[in-house]
Parts: sequence; structure tokens; C-alpha cells
Amino acid sequence: MKVLVAVKRVVDYNVKVRVKADNSGVDLANVKMSMNPFCEIAVEEAVRLKEKGVATEIVVVSIGPSTAQEQLRTALALGADRAILVESAEDLTSLAVAKLLKAVVDKEQPSLVILGKQAIDSDNNQTGQMLAALSGYGQGTFASKVEVSGDSVAVTREIDGGAQTVSLKLPAIITTDLRLNEPRYASLPNIMKAKKKPLEVLTPDALGVSTASTNKTLKVEAPAARSAGIKVKSVAELVEKLKNEAKVI
Amino acid sequence: MTILVIAEHDNKVLAPATLNTVAAAAKIGGDIHVLVAGQGAGAVAEAAAKIAGVAKVLVADNAAYAHQLPENVAPLVAELGAGYSHIVAAATSNGKNILPRVAAQLDVDQISEIISVESADTFKRPIYAGNAIATVQSTAAVKVITVRATGFDPVAAEGGSAAVEAVAAAHDAGKSSFVGEELAKSDRPELTAAKIVVSGGRGMQNGDNFKHLYALADKLGAAVGASRAAVDAGFVPNDMQVGQTGKIVAPQLYIAVGISGAIQHLAGMKDSKVIVAINKDEEAPIFQVADYGLVADLFEAVPELEKLV
Repeated sequence: MKVLVAVKRVVDYNVKVRVKADNSGVDLANVKMSMNPFCEIAVEEAVRLKEKGVATEIVVVSIGPSTAQEQLRTALALGADRAILVESAEDLTSLAVAKLLKAVVDKEQPSLVILGKQAIDSDNNQTGQMLAALSGYGQGTFASKVEVSGDSVAVTREIDGGAQTVSLKLPAIITTDLRLNEPRYASLPNIMKAKKKPLEVLTPDALGVSTASTNKTLKVEAPAARSAGIKVKSVAELVEKLKNEAKVI
Repeated sequence: MTILVIAEHDNKVLAPATLNTVAAAAKIGGDIHVLVAGQGAGAVAEAAAKIAGVAKVLVADNAAYAHQLPENVAPLVAELGAGYSHIVAAATSNGKNILPRVAAQLDVDQISEIISVESADTFKRPIYAGNAIATVQSTAAVKVITVRATGFDPVAAEGGSAAVEAVAAAHDAGKSSFVGEELAKSDRPELTAAKIVVSGGRGMQNGDNFKHLYALADKLGAAVGASRAAVDAGFVPNDMQVGQTGKIVAPQLYIAVGISGAIQHLAGMKDSKVIVAINKDEEAPIFQVADYGLVADLFEAVPELEKLV
């Protein structure tokens, strides 16, 4: 079966982002960019499904600027077979991305689509669920275990206070949570091989998708700064402060 | 303006997060209706009718809604919600699972995890794991919103007397089925809901040493978390991770033990009301955000703290 994996290019999780002085957004000039950590887990899961003989082809797709080709090449080096970039320099909302992915799903007809549960830049946690709604597929969000059998997939999901298992008819949408797997690193020979794998570039126009949005970001501010408090000298002093000053215990 | 709030529940008990969600709805202004979609959730509907400020409770009772499967609940919410000005749910695992599906069905963008209401169409929400706060305006006819519970003080659970109305709509998409559920049996509270969180980092040295933190947590009624460094080192499982790629917590008291304070970790806990840091390295960045810092060997300080609290 064919597996489609969506990946997003985002600021590296180790970077401390700064808000621009004009409050128009976050300053991304000269900042290290990487594949969204949850998307890495999505790629890894697809590769494991292929290694188990469940998946036969892995197509990786990204919606974003032309530089997102770097993240697509990374996914190819990790084991994806071919890549699609839907190129857009705009700041797209989750709904717009879901509509573009729906167009790719219509074209590719995968049995399984795996996405990260959220991107660590916009923190929306929407795209997978929206793609499922638009496609009319079942969704297994925040997955910690995925087992395909026949024409269905059992997904164990991380929920508040525990885990839930649902069975979904294929085709289905899965979004990954942290415990699903530990992504591998790409080996040098695979990075070299990935350069020769096919990478197709499409546009929203070519897919016939409007990316209009009902959301508008008015401004982006730095959060209220937290200042350092005091150093206490002993555990006894700490307990006294927590009881009588902060009144939290 | 009428707002539809989606009740968070397990068919037996109304979850407290619903009270924070109603509080956010009250800030938006207008009549508040609460939808209880479930199976045999009569007690939940009764509890919802008592919430202060709620005008009406809608009850959709059907086997298809018993486990909050989004394939079935989202079409119900989209159908009922189309006539409302706002559809609001708590940013719990259910809310996050169901609401984007509703938004897509209504062809509107969702606003996730708001922490404040600026006006009926403008909201603040954290992005980049809380390292920036975006002010977002929605022009959608129906505004679909999830609410971060820690951003809103709960409304009173008692005092209202809303009318309860049954909704006949039944949606069973037939795409998914519930197999089973395993809820943690731990007596400790869930990380994201706990009032006190005790977290350990690389300084714990190994997984066995986390017993000191468990002992302290049990005395305080606290949840136990960990930094990514402690998880990556294999001390504790991944689901304990507090940070940008783990859980985001904002308890009344956060005690960071042997945690240096990497950006990744701070992103997950810096909205805590009071932060305590215990670390033997007085240069550790965690002290820059801590209200109370104690430079000490954690293996002496933590057992002593456990005795004194």
C-alpha cells in the first residue's frame, strides 16, 4: 500500500525565537530551520511500515517555500521514495494546508496519510483532523502505536490520563505523538542517494485550491518576561517561603 | 450572539475544563448553550445545567457518541453549530481531536488554545511553544475556538438552572470504532492538570533516583515530569516529558530538580505561577526564571524537602 507523509519546515526546536521589533511576527532571518519534530516521527513510522512489508511506497509532501526542498531531501534520505513540494511563499493557515493536502491525496490515492500532530511554530494541532474531515476519512490523532491489518488500522492514541485504541477503516489519517517511535538519523550514503530521488514541484493554482483564510494575525508579541526571583539558603527557608510568601503549599 | 460550548465528559462526570471553557465563552459575551454529546450522560447534562451563566443544555444521546469518536461527533457539532456565532471547546485531547474536524466541515479556520479574549472576534494565543503571543482576528461566520484551561478561571459549577433539551440528530460515519482504553491507574494527578508538578532532569543521574521525586510528589499531591535530557538519557518514559515537544504545563507550583533550564524545557513550564529550582550549579539558566532558587545537592535537598512539607 501507498503511504503519504506530510512534513513541515519549521524553526529548529533548539532555537530561541525572537519577536520582530514591529510586532509583525517572529524573526526567522539566519535562524536554523529543520523538519518539524513530529513530522520526523511521521517519516520514521512510514519507513518502519515499509521495512515490515506493509507499505510499498512512501511519498513525502511538504507545503511551503522552495527551501522546504531541504526537508523533503531529508525525508528521502530517511527512506521516502519520492517527494512533492506544493510551493507557496505565503503564510498558510491549517485549513489552507489541509485543502492542498486533500488535492494531493486525490491525486496520489494513498491508503494511509501520516502527519505530525502539530508544528512547533504555529502550534495549531489542526491539519491532520481537517484533512480527515475534507477527505471523509477516519482519523487516529496523537498516535503512540499503529498496526495495519487488512483493510483497517488500529491506532493507540495518547489521551488525557492514558491511552485509547481505535480501529479505522483504510484509507485513514494518522497524526503522530512523541511516543510513537524514535526517529533514526540519515546515513551519508542515503543522503547521497536521496539527491537522485524524484522531487516534483506543484503550486496551489495548479492544484486548483484557494488558500483564502478567515484568520488574520494582528500582531505578535513577546510573552511577559519572567524575572529571576531570589536564592534561598536552605530547604527550611524554601518551605517557609512557599508556605507563607507564595502560599502554594 | 449565541455561543455553543462543547462539554468535556466521560458520560458520567462533567470534566472541570468545561467550567474554564464556559468562562471563556462568558468573556466573549452572549447566550451560552452547552452541548453534551454522549451515551447515557444524563448526570453530565444535569451538572451542565447547573453551571453559572448557561442558558440551555443540548443533549445528543446516541451510542455513536459514547466514545467521542470525531468521525461521528464532528458532523453533529457542525450541524448544530452552524447557527451559532462561536463554537468553543476545551483544548483537551477530545477538543483538539474533534474541533478542527468541525472547522473544516464549516470551511472556517480554527483558532487553537486561546489564552485571552480581546473582543468577540479577536483572541490571544501562544505560538512557538509560548515564546510568542499572537493576537488573531477571525472573520468567520462561525468562529471555532479551543480554549487553554489555564488561561481562564473556572466559572461556578453551581447556581445556574438551564433548560435541558434533547437533540435527535444521529451521525454514525461508520469509519471508526472504539477498541479499548487504558487510563493510568496512578494516584498522582495528570501532568497537565496538576496543581503542583515536580520535574527531574539530567541531574537525577538515573531512573531509579526518580524515587526521591515520587516520594516528594506523593507528599504534595503533585504530578511528576521530566526534562527532555532525562527522557533522552532513558531515565523515564517519554510521556513524562515537559517542554516544547512534550507536555505544556502551567501549575501553581513547579519544582525543577536537577534541570539546567534549556529553552526547550522552559517553553513547557514558564507559565507556572511559582517556579522553584534546585540545582547544584548556581550558573544554571533555570535560576533566571525561578522565583525561588536553591543551590544545593539535590540528593540531600529533596529528601529534606519531603520531610518538611
